[in-house]
Amino acid sequence: MKKIELKDTRSGFGAGLLELGKANPNVVALCADLTGSLKMDAFEKEFPERFFQVGIAEANMMSIAAGLTIGGKIPFTGTFANFSTGRVFDQIRQSIAYSGKNVKICASHAGITLGEDGATHQILEDIGLMKMLPGMTVINTCDYNQTKQATIAIADHIGPVYLRFGRPKVPNFTPKNQPFIIGKGIKLKDGIDVSIFATGHLVWEAIEAAKKLKEKNVSAEIINITTIKPLDKKIILDSVKKTKCAVTAEEHQKLGGLGGSIAQLLSEEMPCPMEMIAVNDKFGESGKPNLLMKKYKLDSTNILKACEKVLLRK
Amino acid sequence: MKTPELEKISCQVRRDIVRMVHAVQSGHPGGSLGCVEFLVALFFEKMTHKNEFNMDGENEDLFFLSNGHISPVLYSVLARSGYFNINELKTFRNIDSRLQGHPATKEKLPGIRIASGSLGQGLSVAIGACEAKKLNKDTKLVYCLCGDGELQEGQIWEALMYANAKKIDNLIMTVDLNKQQICGSTEEILSLGDLNKKITSFGWEIVEIEDGNEMYSVLNGINSAIELTKQKKPVCILLNTQMGFGVDFMMGSHKWHGIAPNDEQLEIALDQLEETLGDY
Repeated sequence: MKKIELKDTRSGFGAGLLELGKANPNVVALCADLTGSLKMDAFEKEFPERFFQVGIAEANMMSIAAGLTIGGKIPFTGTFANFSTGRVFDQIRQSIAYSGKNVKICASHAGITLGEDGATHQILEDIGLMKMLPGMTVINTCDYNQTKQATIAIADHIGPVYLRFGRPKVPNFTPKNQPFIIGKGIKLKDGIDVSIFATGHLVWEAIEAAKKLKEKNVSAEIINITTIKPLDKKIILDSVKKTKCAVTAEEHQKLGGLGGSIAQLLSEEMPCPMEMIAVNDKFGESGKPNLLMKKYKLDSTNILKACEKVLLRK
Repeated sequence: MKTPELEKISCQVRRDIVRMVHAVQSGHPGGSLGCVEFLVALFFEKMTHKNEFNMDGENEDLFFLSNGHISPVLYSVLARSGYFNINELKTFRNIDSRLQGHPATKEKLPGIRIASGSLGQGLSVAIGACEAKKLNKDTKLVYCLCGDGELQEGQIWEALMYANAKKIDNLIMTVDLNKQQICGSTEEILSLGDLNKKITSFGWEIVEIEDGNEMYSVLNGINSAIELTKQKKPVCILLNTQMGFGVDFMMGSHKWHGIAPNDEQLEIALDQLEETLGDY
C-alpha cells in the first residue's frame, strides 16, 4: 500500500495564500508576529507591499483588516487560533461580522495538537465563538491539500470567514486538486450502520476507526464536515436517514462545537441516538500531540467506542 | 463656504441633535453638541466627498467615527450634507430605522462605512482604510474622530504606535477633548496625563485647537493638520470642546453624556438655538 505523506495543514494555508497572491492583486495579508508559524513567509517575500506586519497587536490587526476592505482589498489575517478569536472577539464582532466586512480570519495552531505550549495556547472554544456570530462562515480543514484549496476558495466568497487549521504534521490524504466548496460536506466512505461526522484532524481518526469497525462487521459511513457553518444539512440528514445514528468527532469543546450543531439539526429534523467525541469542559495541557489526543479521548479508539455505544442505543 | 454660513449650519445641527434625542428619550447629546463645529467644518468645507455614497470611497476623503455614541451629530451632518433626506432623522433609534443607536452598516445608511460603539476600534479601522488608499494610489485623506475617554482603551495605543512605525501619512485623527466621561471627569476616572506629550512621543504631529466650538479656530486647525500630513507623519488634532456646547444647562458637565431632555428642557434648549435651515 502506498505510504501516505505527513504534512501540516498550516503549510497548506501558506501555499494557498501564495497562489492567491499571484492570482488576485486585491488579496492582502496581515500577521501579528507569527509569519514563520503561519507559513506566510513566501507571501511576504513575494508581495511585500501587500503584506502588513502589525506586531504583537491582534486587536489592531483585526480592525486594520476591516479597514482594508474599504477600498476593495481582501485581507487574510494570520495568527494562532487563540489570538485570532478569543483575544479579539469584540473586534471581530463589531468591525468585521456586524459590519459585514470581507475579512478572512486564518487561524493556525487550533486545538490540543498545538502540544507542548499548553492550555494558554490550545484554544478549544474558537469554533463556538465564531459560529455564534451572524454571517460568519466557519471552516475547519483536515489536511494540507484541503487547507490549500480552502484558502483559495474563501477569497471568492464575499463575507467574513473563519478558517481553522493546525500545527502538527498529519496524513495528507485528500486529492491534490479537489476544489473546496464552502458549505459542502464530503462523503469519504459509504456505510449503513453508523454515520461518523468528523472535522479537522479528527477526520483521519474517523477513517482509522472505520477500518477497525469493518473488522467487527460494522459498516460506518464517514463524512468530512469541512464547513461547520453553514452546515451541510442535506449530507447529514441523507446519511442519518440510512444509518439511524450518529457520532461526531472534533478537536474542540463539546459545548459549542460541531457536535452541538449536528445535535441541534438532528433534534429538530431527525432525532436519533448520537455520541460526541470532543473535549468535555476541560482545558488542555502540555504534552506530545499524539499523547494528548489519546488522553483527551480524541483518537480512533474512542471514535470506535462511541460507534459501538451508539449502535447499542439504536 | 464662509464661516458665518458654517455657523448657521452648526446651529441647525444642534437643534437636530436635541430634537432627535428628545423624541426617542435616549441617546447621547453631550458629546454630540461638543463636536458640531468640527463635523460641520469637515463635511461642509474641508473633506472632498462624493454625493453618491460608495462603500470603497476611492478618490474621496473618508471619515470614521470611533466614538459611535455621538451618532446624533453624525446623522444630522450626513443628512444636512445630502447623504440622505433630513426627514429620516425622525427615525433615530426607532425600530426598523437605518439610524441605529450607534452607527452600523447593516441597514446601509449612506455615509457609514463601519459599525462603532464598542470603543477603541475606529482608529485601527481608519488605518486600514489608509493602507488601502496607499495600495490604490489614492492620495485623499482619512479622518477619524475619537473621544478622550476612549483613549483609555489599549487598542488606541496599538494603533498610535502602528501609524508612526508604518508611516501612515494620510491620516488625521482627532481627539474630542471635552474632559468628561460617563462617570465623571477624565481626570477623576483615569487621568490621560499630558496627551500632547504622549502622542508626540509616539511620533505623531500634533495640532491643538484651543476652542473647538469656535468655527474659525476649527477651520484653521484642520488646515494646519492637512498641511502637516506633508511631513510624512500621522497627524493628531487635540480638539478642546465643551460637552453640551450651545445649550447652557448641558454645558461642561458629564451629566448630559447619555440622557435626553424632557419636554420642558427641550423648549429651553430650542430657545437657545436658532432655526436657521428649517427643522426636519
